[in-house]
Amino acid sequence: MENREGLEAATTRIDDPWYDALASGWGEGDGGGTPAVPGPARPPQQRRAAADIYLEVQRSAAFQEVRARYRRFVVPAVLAFLAWYLAYVVAAITAPRLMSHPVAGAVNVAMVAGLGQFLTTFALTWAYARHARLYRDRAALDLRWDTQELTRGAAER
Amino acid sequence: MTGDHQALALLLFAAFVAGTLAITTWAGRRRRGSAEEFYTGGRLFSPMENGFAIAGDYMSAASFLGISGLIALFGYDGMLYSVGFLVAWLVVLFLVAELVRNCGRFTLADVVVARMRERPVRIAAGTSSVAVSVLYLVAQMVGAGSLVALLLGGTSAAARSWTVIGVGALMVIYVSLGGMRATTWIQIVKAVLLMAGAATLTVLVLLRFHGDVDQLLTAAAERSGHGKDFLSPGLRYGGDWTARLDFISLGLALVLGTAGLPHILSRFYTVPTARAARRSVVWAIGLIGSFYLMTIVLGFGAAAIVGTTEVRASNAAGNTAVPLLALDLGGGAGTTGGAVLFAVVAAVAFATILAVVAGITLASSVSVAHDLYATLGRPHRKRRFTEVAVARMAAVGVGAVAIALGLLAQDMNVAFLVGLAFAVAASANLPVLLYSLFWRNFTTRGAVWSVYGGLVPAVLLVLLSPVVSGSPGALFPGMDFQLFPLENPGMVSIPLGFLAGWLGTVTSPEAPDEARHAETEVRALTGAGAA
Repeated sequence: MENREGLEAATTRIDDPWYDALASGWGEGDGGGTPAVPGPARPPQQRRAAADIYLEVQRSAAFQEVRARYRRFVVPAVLAFLAWYLAYVVAAITAPRLMSHPVAGAVNVAMVAGLGQFLTTFALTWAYARHARLYRDRAALDLRWDTQELTRGAAER
Repeated sequence: MTGDHQALALLLFAAFVAGTLAITTWAGRRRRGSAEEFYTGGRLFSPMENGFAIAGDYMSAASFLGISGLIALFGYDGMLYSVGFLVAWLVVLFLVAELVRNCGRFTLADVVVARMRERPVRIAAGTSSVAVSVLYLVAQMVGAGSLVALLLGGTSAAARSWTVIGVGALMVIYVSLGGMRATTWIQIVKAVLLMAGAATLTVLVLLRFHGDVDQLLTAAAERSGHGKDFLSPGLRYGGDWTARLDFISLGLALVLGTAGLPHILSRFYTVPTARAARRSVVWAIGLIGSFYLMTIVLGFGAAAIVGTTEVRASNAAGNTAVPLLALDLGGGAGTTGGAVLFAVVAAVAFATILAVVAGITLASSVSVAHDLYATLGRPHRKRRFTEVAVARMAAVGVGAVAIALGLLAQDMNVAFLVGLAFAVAASANLPVLLYSLFWRNFTTRGAVWSVYGGLVPAVLLVLLSPVVSGSPGALFPGMDFQLFPLENPGMVSIPLGFLAGWLGTVTSPEAPDEARHAETEVRALTGAGAA
């Protein structure tokens, strides 16, 4: 259980600002929601305004920063674990000699590699949760409120 | 099997069924019948609860019975399932969970239609979700059938068929009466039972070998009849290149399929925020990872203690390795300990099947009601039924189809059948999901093409594969229309899904909608305007 600490850290924080948010009942009928259920279309005027707001937010430095932080972690991490996993799978069929090379007693390279997959998965999970908590959550939450304020304003106009 | 076994196991089955029906009644009593409540349980589950429920939804009988069985039969090659099933969660955690929670409401299609034309995309994504779910359901029904066959001595084909029908009927009751809230609680109860059961057996196996893993592996290699080869790759997927390519194909399907499973995606909507979705996935990875580590011990344990030959004699596909192991660990056939442990394991496996089946049925009936019914009807006519009523009826329909197919496919390894469902999910659902979340220029045509471009080849290749015809273990062994050599279509159909999405987009006459892409991206990463 390599990620025990990560689990604790990620789950024991009670003072989660997003929870308070839920109680106040936002999101019920704000202008920014996309009509996921077929229903009456929003008037074009309002749609226009909301669309502009999202474009504006998307171009803002604050959003670009959140997106860059997300991508800077996720892109290399995805490439790394996919490469490691594919190498593991391909090695099993192309290099059986190497994989059956004994390491200690009955344990061979293949076993160690398999357990290594488990360990890296736990480690990456912990790293991702930590990265998101420290570098993204706060900024994303601020953006969320700002955007919702703007879209609500647009809906009332 | 002695009478003790059967009586005790049936008693435990009955207790679980009664308990879950009580949960269903309790959850159903407080409902107001809104879609929000039926599909997502009101989005009020905590990350820990949802983490257990995700684990419960994911750790199917295929893992518990099938993977351990494959390891008992083929040693190391069975381990690929354990590794692939876990690593897949990194795709979900990094690329899917939070963004889907922020963008969607109930289904996969919700995420995609946020920036596309609604009707064609919803029909495409709804169809593929239902297809994946039905395939996955068949695997679970087969597991239920073989479990009960073992319990009742494996003689009565009628008993097996009635089990499949009974499981189907129960799941329809859970889903149509209890909706997401009941289904989630059933998952949680089941996850706890399954973890406890697997942990008990693992500890007993390790105790048997005095905590010495090396000794366990050595004993497994000896009893398997394969010697050292048992611990190295190649027993099942060695040999000719077709078998080896099959291994890669399966590996790809496992790691990319999870993020496209409709019943997993719908779980992220049961928590209030994206942050909670992330934390539930972290919980789930902890639980699922430790569970799959235990299945490895159980698999090698079954080979070492029960013996590969004995496992194969009981069920050629290996599905009964764990119950046999439990019998032996408890003291052997005819002892009280053996009977108790065997009954407990059988009941846990049964609970697992019921819960997973309920989760998938719910997800597919939501797809039918929310994606297909709501879109396919003529827009100007007033609808005769509410969406939730349709979802309840769809649960009955999906149940009937799954029962019929489950009766047909009774003799296949359940882990293997799940591998097929994963391949279809990875080909049809994952490309469209990733493209709509991350590709600025993605268009409606690209979305539709990527769904059908993955779904049609995946299903066709399965139909033309040795799984369906032209080999001794096939679904229709008497016929031969096999054209495609691999058992798992993933290696061909997953790239085709991505390729079709790209092709549809670049040939698309319409320009990509920049504003709606901005909306999707902002909402996905910040949670603004999330349901």
